Amino acid sequence: MTTSVVPDRKPRGVLARLRRRPLAVIGFVLIAIVVAGAVLAPWIAPHDPNQQHFDGLTIEGAPLPPGGEFLLGTDLLGRDLLTRILYGAQTSLIIGVVANGIALVIGTLVGLVAGYFRGWIGTILMRFTDLMMAFPALLLAICLAAIFQPSLWIVAMVIAFVNWVQAARVIYTETTSLSTRDFIAAERTLGAGAGRILFRHILPHLVPTIIVWGTLGISTTVLLEATLSFLGVGVQPPTPSWGNIIFENQTYFQAAPWLVFFPGTAVLLLALAFNLVGDALRDELDPLQRGRD
Amino acid sequence: MGAYLLRRLVQSALILLGVSFITYLLLFILPADPVRQIAGRSATAATVESIRRELGLDQPFVVQYGRYLWNLLQLDLGRSYLQRSEVSELIAARLPATLLLMGAAILCELLIGITLGIVAALWRGRALDQGLMIVSFVAVSAPQFVVSLLLLYVFAVQLGWFPIGGYGTFAHLVLPALTLGLLGSGWYARMMRSSMIDVLRADFIRTARAIGLTRARVILRHALPNAILPVIAMIGIDIGIFMGGIVVVESVFGWPGIGQLAWQAIQRVDIPIIMGVTLVSAFAIVAGNLLADLVAPFIDPRIKLR
Repeated sequence: MTTSVVPDRKPRGVLARLRRRPLAVIGFVLIAIVVAGAVLAPWIAPHDPNQQHFDGLTIEGAPLPPGGEFLLGTDLLGRDLLTRILYGAQTSLIIGVVANGIALVIGTLVGLVAGYFRGWIGTILMRFTDLMMAFPALLLAICLAAIFQPSLWIVAMVIAFVNWVQAARVIYTETTSLSTRDFIAAERTLGAGAGRILFRHILPHLVPTIIVWGTLGISTTVLLEATLSFLGVGVQPPTPSWGNIIFENQTYFQAAPWLVFFPGTAVLLLALAFNLVGDALRDELDPLQRGRD
Repeated sequence: MGAYLLRRLVQSALILLGVSFITYLLLFILPADPVRQIAGRSATAATVESIRRELGLDQPFVVQYGRYLWNLLQLDLGRSYLQRSEVSELIAARLPATLLLMGAAILCELLIGITLGIVAALWRGRALDQGLMIVSFVAVSAPQFVVSLLLLYVFAVQLGWFPIGGYGTFAHLVLPALTLGLLGSGWYARMMRSSMIDVLRADFIRTARAIGLTRARVILRHALPNAILPVIAMIGIDIGIFMGGIVVVESVFGWPGIGQLAWQAIQRVDIPIIMGVTLVSAFAIVAGNLLADLVAPFIDPRIKLR
């Protein structure tokens, strides 16, 4: 490539352009902090997540407030809250990535197939998607999670099951418009099979959409996991999750609000971070959105 | 219009049918036995079997679902397994509370969201706009249960302005409605902002300015009515989102609506109630979406219903 005549004001790479958006940078930093906390938890956590400290409760048996040896205080059983929040980050991230990954794969496949083949396959798939849209998602998730004795992976599957619909609809719309374009008709004339067209020619055009929805979807997933765990039907104690820390200590929150405040803030910040990054990605990757803000 | 409406009504009915089928199927194959819940832990095997036969739960799936559907077509939602009453009566008793909360919450969302959206659009690109957009991001990222508990702690426990939970007076309504209103206002603020920005760019706004109308008049009389319509049209969609999340707020605030009814039923595997609440919620979602589509052409004449 030679130098262009008109100097390029915008750097070309998406990441470089994201660096100029303060909100996206805040989002990236927050995500980096949570990932670091989750990965390094065994080394940086001040205590063992399940140890019930003798000096972790007051003489009356109440949890300790933040400060001193237990930086963010202790919970009802005298365990160190900071340690449990660090380990809880693992739960949130694993479910966020796994559940959302599965949802994205299902949504992409359904949207691709329905959008390309139309006909009766497309009709059936999209009617089923409409049907899933009409489900009260949280109610369905609570119901499923409550009836299975939930483990980390069951919770991830349940969330994936209720969350693939949005992605399917977006991918469907884009695939229908892509498959009427000339270059796809040309491929078909050249004798390319459906599999080759779908995965070699249509899917690459959908990558930006998938990245955007993948990022925004993690935020939804993190919130859903926290909500299920808060209701007691998500990730089960003693495995720490930000939602179940609040669930376990809810009865005591009037006297010990930090037990709600710290894990709650953690959920909020992680969901916020993925929303900020996802929104910035959408602005950068979707040409229709550009120049609107 | 008539043909469109008919087709959409048929589609909606089919969707509800599908929801009933999938929910029934899931509850049938899942490893939860309602009979154990009814009979209690100390019941003998014979008692368990007789209850099972009495409720028809020993029949194959097709027979059970067929019977449920036949009753449903006659608007009969069946009887609760554990509470000795009709599901339709239980839901009817709880529905007013949920609808009251929904109405109040949507009112809060609109008031907060539209105001913030207008302010952000008018100060577009400045610090105020960016600050408001961060606030709207925080609102859409905040978990309902955390906001509920924090509002409870500050306004009920510490300040004592409102009761800690329950139902009956206006004071009971404020905190749950405010929780839902604050969180939902984020979407409305963002939509209102972008709609307002689009309208402010339009030619007729430039004309209105050019003929010398005051800024306030241009914004309030000409821009606002046009910008607000697409936002109002979202209320239909919002009903669906609301129905999806009602369980959490109702259980934190002890609000006696259908969300709490569903939550109690789920814990006791009371299948007729779970089915009933799911269907009522799905009905609200489908009706809300239909409403949103039907008002769209009145708001934007370029949209044609096909």
